Amino acid sequence: MHRTGELYGQFETLEQQKESAALGMWVFLSTEVLFFGGLFMTYTLNRHYYGVAFGVGSNTLDLKLGGANTVVLILSSLTMAMSVWASHVGKRKATTSFLIATLVLGTAFLGVKVIEYKQKFDHHLIPGYHFQIDYRAQHPAPNDDPKEIEAEKEELSKAFAKDPDLNAHAQLYFSLYFGMTGLHALHMIVGAGMLVWLIRQSLLGRFTPTYNTPVEMIGLYWHFVDIVWIYLFPLLYLIDRHR
Amino acid sequence: MSEHIVPPKVYVGIFLSLMVLTAATVAAAYVNLGAFNIVIALAIASLKATLVVLYFMHARYSPKRTHMVIIAAVFWLAIMLALTLSDYVTRDRDVAANTPMSQMLGS
Amino acid sequence: MHTPTSTRAATGAVYKMPQEHYLNSTYGIRSWLLTTDHKRIALLYLLSVTFFFFVGGMFATIIRIHLMTPQGFLVTPETYNKLFTMHGVAMIFFFLIPSIPAVLGNFALPLMIGAKDLAFPKINLLSWYLYILGGCFVLYSFSTGGLDTGWTFYTPLSSVYSNSAVTPAVLGIFINGFSSILTGLNFVVTVHTMRAPGMTWFRLPLFVWAQYATSIIFILGTPVIAITLLLVGLERMFHLGFFNPALGGDPILFQHLFWFYSHPAVYIMILPAMGVISEIIPTFARKPIFGYSFIAGSSIAIAVIGFFVWAHHMFLTGESVYAALAFSFLSYLVAIPSAVKVFNWTSTLYQGSISWDTPMLYGLGFIGLFLIGGLTGLFLACLGLDIHIHDTYFVVAHFHYIMVGGAVMGYLGGIHFWWPKISGRLYPEYLARVSAIILFTGFNLTFFPQFILGYLGMPRRYHSYPPEFQVLNVMSTAGASILALGYLLPMMYLVWSLKYGTVAGPNPWPATGLEWKTDSPPPTENFLVTPEVTWEPYDFETRPDLELDHIVAGKLPAPAHGDD
Repeated sequence: MHRTGELYGQFETLEQQKESAALGMWVFLSTEVLFFGGLFMTYTLNRHYYGVAFGVGSNTLDLKLGGANTVVLILSSLTMAMSVWASHVGKRKATTSFLIATLVLGTAFLGVKVIEYKQKFDHHLIPGYHFQIDYRAQHPAPNDDPKEIEAEKEELSKAFAKDPDLNAHAQLYFSLYFGMTGLHALHMIVGAGMLVWLIRQSLLGRFTPTYNTPVEMIGLYWHFVDIVWIYLFPLLYLIDRHR
Repeated sequence: MSEHIVPPKVYVGIFLSLMVLTAATVAAAYVNLGAFNIVIALAIASLKATLVVLYFMHARYSPKRTHMVIIAAVFWLAIMLALTLSDYVTRDRDVAANTPMSQMLGS
Repeated sequence: MHTPTSTRAATGAVYKMPQEHYLNSTYGIRSWLLTTDHKRIALLYLLSVTFFFFVGGMFATIIRIHLMTPQGFLVTPETYNKLFTMHGVAMIFFFLIPSIPAVLGNFALPLMIGAKDLAFPKINLLSWYLYILGGCFVLYSFSTGGLDTGWTFYTPLSSVYSNSAVTPAVLGIFINGFSSILTGLNFVVTVHTMRAPGMTWFRLPLFVWAQYATSIIFILGTPVIAITLLLVGLERMFHLGFFNPALGGDPILFQHLFWFYSHPAVYIMILPAMGVISEIIPTFARKPIFGYSFIAGSSIAIAVIGFFVWAHHMFLTGESVYAALAFSFLSYLVAIPSAVKVFNWTSTLYQGSISWDTPMLYGLGFIGLFLIGGLTGLFLACLGLDIHIHDTYFVVAHFHYIMVGGAVMGYLGGIHFWWPKISGRLYPEYLARVSAIILFTGFNLTFFPQFILGYLGMPRRYHSYPPEFQVLNVMSTAGASILALGYLLPMMYLVWSLKYGTVAGPNPWPATGLEWKTDSPPPTENFLVTPEVTWEPYDFETRPDLELDHIVAGKLPAPAHGDD
């Protein structure tokens, strides 16, 4: 087995190894663009047909949590970029600290997603047998704001008038919501796992100004996952806020 | 990857720009611009993505072949979206979209 | 058989097997299952794809026997649906798509560019394991209820109503997709960063250009079918509604997403074969290839334009007429680069010094059969015609001409061409030529009648047919039995040659690629000294190392033969 930092046998120079790693990661990310792309295509078509239902579905999402998550994830991209910089200039402790910060922020993002998913579960918004778009309006919880419930009831009655099959179409929205954010979260979990490995390597002093390829490469992956969220946020959370 | 080292203040600057753009996209969502809402939302998201790609991902300082990979990925995604939509937007869609499902099944 | 000699008739030189090479450098099952040597991984793939070729072939055999009578005497209609589905899935995803890239590409590409291995050898091994894992899921699906949706998995049959084992099958194909993606990734990076000094882009062999173009398709197309089949699986498991009209979904969306990959997939299947032909023709016509840069460029053009034409599979399923017009026009465009290649190969043959060796027979067969298959594709791309011949045996004949007459012949031609390099031995030439002719004959007898059947109106994927079609169907089945012989013979004599074949030496043909400058079989690290390239590709005239000074009366040396 090779320890990180050594020249692998198939390469002639460390430069060639680094070039290959970088190109390999960029090519891999381009496959991810097309992978998520199929979901974006499905989203585009369904939103085009079922705009009303998509608006209703989007408004059930908690914008405060979604917005906070967006800030957290972009901040984690900053800390990731900073850890790459730190490894480039030989600041070992800073590299590790920034990596840990990235991991913490990423975990916070995932934690918020768990809270959001739980909310959907409570409001019968998980696609399946129990899906009911107006469950919360019909059965508000004791601590729900009555004005909010009233507004939601009004929104729903207008929506049902425009689209009698609102429930089925809203279910499509939520299938896409869970599908897209779920796939994104899965990528974040993989990213978090790689960060744990990076932190360990960094603590063992493996990264130097001449060799920090894993930090850069995993950084590229992390930024890509951030970019996916940058698109998911307006497409899922901001469809119909001006209603 | 080049050896060009980006100073931290550039990163912080990009981060702050991204924050401003995030606020902008939320604010724009509260204004009713009809069909233009989605255009603004996608434009701001694309601007944010471009900043991340150019600076956080160092694409600005990367060799040409990296640019080719990025452009290819975006171009191919665009083909998939555009050519598929070319089918849907050139159809007469009123029938299916306005038929309640109770009528579609069993007819 | 007599004990093998190590004489090479063409030059009278005596060759011995190298003492240490990639096959004997390490022993034991672990050294094979944990190898990162691209040559060993190529052989692992060779065994696996051959296995799936048998699986798919078994289904085809049952189908052809069943179709001997109009009423269908052998299997029930439901079983028939499963047979053609499983035949398609096994052949397309587990034989045709990996065959040339994962076997010949893996083996030859690093050698051809002067590298020690691919850029990511461990990922190469991972690709093989993903292929095996995907294959296991699909075999599980085949043996627990089968699959009756057609290899095209159209919804809502596949996502809602089918009672067959769809979920494990789509999972298997999903996993196999990542095997392809990683292979494509590996090839692209390798060609960019691992070329030997002096090996510029326009000195690359055309096989490498073809693999590069194929890899673009692997990388950009496969993820889309991965997500699409994943959605089908999720829809089946959790009753989501993306593709189910009863829940507001759209089956045509599935078809768009499916064909966005699956049409470029057919170029994945043919481009590598074209690359093989581009190696074989100049070697056995003893002439530099005509129009090198046009062939290289046309490979890239096919890969790119091939992504713009997918909805020609959907002319009759409800897409808009205007989109159909656009896709029909684009489909005619994509034929142009293929035609460029055929013209250039033919021009290479013109005034060449042609030897009728087995690889050349496969190469010539390829050109003729690909021509027919490709031209009939234009018939299908014509909207007015397609209304009548869509979903008939005309389509079946068209794609079998390309995939079997084209891709499989290219694959077999490549196996024969590189066999001396892979095994260090020559196969028996006379028997090999006879096999090639048997294969060509059997192929045409099997599939040409199907053009006529389709034109006359026999639908595809039907277990029974009107009695007036029986004669042609019986002819097709008879041809299939001859075709099967054409496949079995090479398997037998190639295995025989491993022990008893004449020792080949480094360059038996002789050919001009870098891979022929190292031993046969090569050492594990491919080249003892990193080669430096100073010559143009296919340069038969000025290469002193090709022993061309043995030219007598203007004739170049004949290729070495395994029977001599």
